[in-house]
Amino acid sequence: MTPAEIREEVLDILGDIAPDDDLSALDDDVAFRDQLELDSMDFLDIVMELRKRYRVQIPEEDYSHLASMASTVSYLEPLMRDMQKI
Amino acid sequence: MIRADSSSPLPDHQRIVITGIGLTAPNGNSLREFRDSLLSGRSGVVPYEIRYVGKTLAGLCTFDERRYQSRKDLRRGTRAGSVGIYAAQEAVADAGLDWPNVDPASVGVYLGVTEHGNVETENEIYELKGYDYDTSFWSHHHNPRTVANNPAGEVALNMGITGPHYTIGAACAAGNAGLVQGAQMLRLGDCDVALAGGVSESVRTFGIFASFKSQGALAEHDDPARASRPFDVERNGIVVAEGGCVFVLERLDDARRRGAQVYGELAGYAINTDATDFVLPNPQRQAECVRLALRRAGLVPEQIDIVSTHATGTSSGDTQECVALRSVFGDSGKTFFNNTKSFIGHCMGAAGALELAGNLLAFRDGVCHATINVDTLDPECDVPGLVLNQPRELERVSYVLNNSFGMLGINSVVIIKRI
Repeated sequence: MTPAEIREEVLDILGDIAPDDDLSALDDDVAFRDQLELDSMDFLDIVMELRKRYRVQIPEEDYSHLASMASTVSYLEPLMRDMQKI
Repeated sequence: MIRADSSSPLPDHQRIVITGIGLTAPNGNSLREFRDSLLSGRSGVVPYEIRYVGKTLAGLCTFDERRYQSRKDLRRGTRAGSVGIYAAQEAVADAGLDWPNVDPASVGVYLGVTEHGNVETENEIYELKGYDYDTSFWSHHHNPRTVANNPAGEVALNMGITGPHYTIGAACAAGNAGLVQGAQMLRLGDCDVALAGGVSESVRTFGIFASFKSQGALAEHDDPARASRPFDVERNGIVVAEGGCVFVLERLDDARRRGAQVYGELAGYAINTDATDFVLPNPQRQAECVRLALRRAGLVPEQIDIVSTHATGTSSGDTQECVALRSVFGDSGKTFFNNTKSFIGHCMGAAGALELAGNLLAFRDGVCHATINVDTLDPECDVPGLVLNQPRELERVSYVLNNSFGMLGINSVVIIKRI
């Protein structure tokens, strides 16, 4: 998967987790928490969805990498570059 | 306007009145709609299909979930939570409370449930099967969704209530038990406004249907609207239904002070236990429960105008309740009996509260709604005063008695008085 495809996948997951938020204006360099209504359970949903969809295991100590879209894609890119988008 | 009433031995500060009603039933999403359906014979039972069990029947609610919840709230919470939130919000609006100025710490939430957590657990296990039962795929939402206080807790979260909240597990007597709990907490001074009643999401768990089916107690009929038929000789079981009903309860002096409307006063109640069987009812204990409620209310049976029966449409249960009713009410001809499950099926934890609510407007319109779907009355269910198929106009309705019984032998009776 390319970084663009990973971004698209994360955006799709966010669409499920934050269905009331407008994601079209998401700023990739700003923390999710500062622009979306997300709490700790929602972040766990991101982790769970990546696990379910792509079997990506994200250890707890790495959760901080999921702060913004840019940092999330950057973190996931080496883990998902050899995968095909579902 | 509440008239002065010196007939109660209790001081006004201990008298509990219903000042608001919010509900969703399979045939109505407000008290008015529900009452109209009960008076016009409109059923809420429809064809239904559920995992593993397949095609069956159920009573389904059609309330607008988005009226009080965001899409995210709905994703996060449970159906029982949504049912509770809708009913509680509607009840508070109906009560005319100045909600923004009600102290949130003075409000208590007491919701009866038959069960809670089956739906969410079944869903998780179904999902987990797709991951070969690897529990790392088990949702972190499972615990907050399945804790027993979930439906009441979701109401408190949604409405910003900071007083006590919990559910009362009382099988199918839970709707009455929730109301009783709310009244007791008001009398103890634990809260000043009680949101009390019952909720159910049971139509979403295949286990409830499968268990009733295995027990030979799941209703079947070609016409869904005619499947729930308590007291009919051809009855063949229960129609599982969802629903919720929340009463705003207040002490009479508080209600008077703010000029609140009053649907009725809790005149008496009783809860007792058969202690004889897991599922089979005990008419002697049921009769004792009715008599205890009457005694506490200072009433004799002939003073009750309407008895809202519990009967679910099972062969044994209906007959046993009728044995109990005949032993208490005899054939005085002054009391009339009806059944709400014949319209909507069995709303489980909500049943007692909904069935009471559907009868309370009889204080205003003077009509006893019917028991529908009785083509041939079972002679063993022939209780004098049973209102069959068509509503009956009464001269004046002053007292409604509501039966609600459940598995493990729990019996509950509530008597509401016109005020």
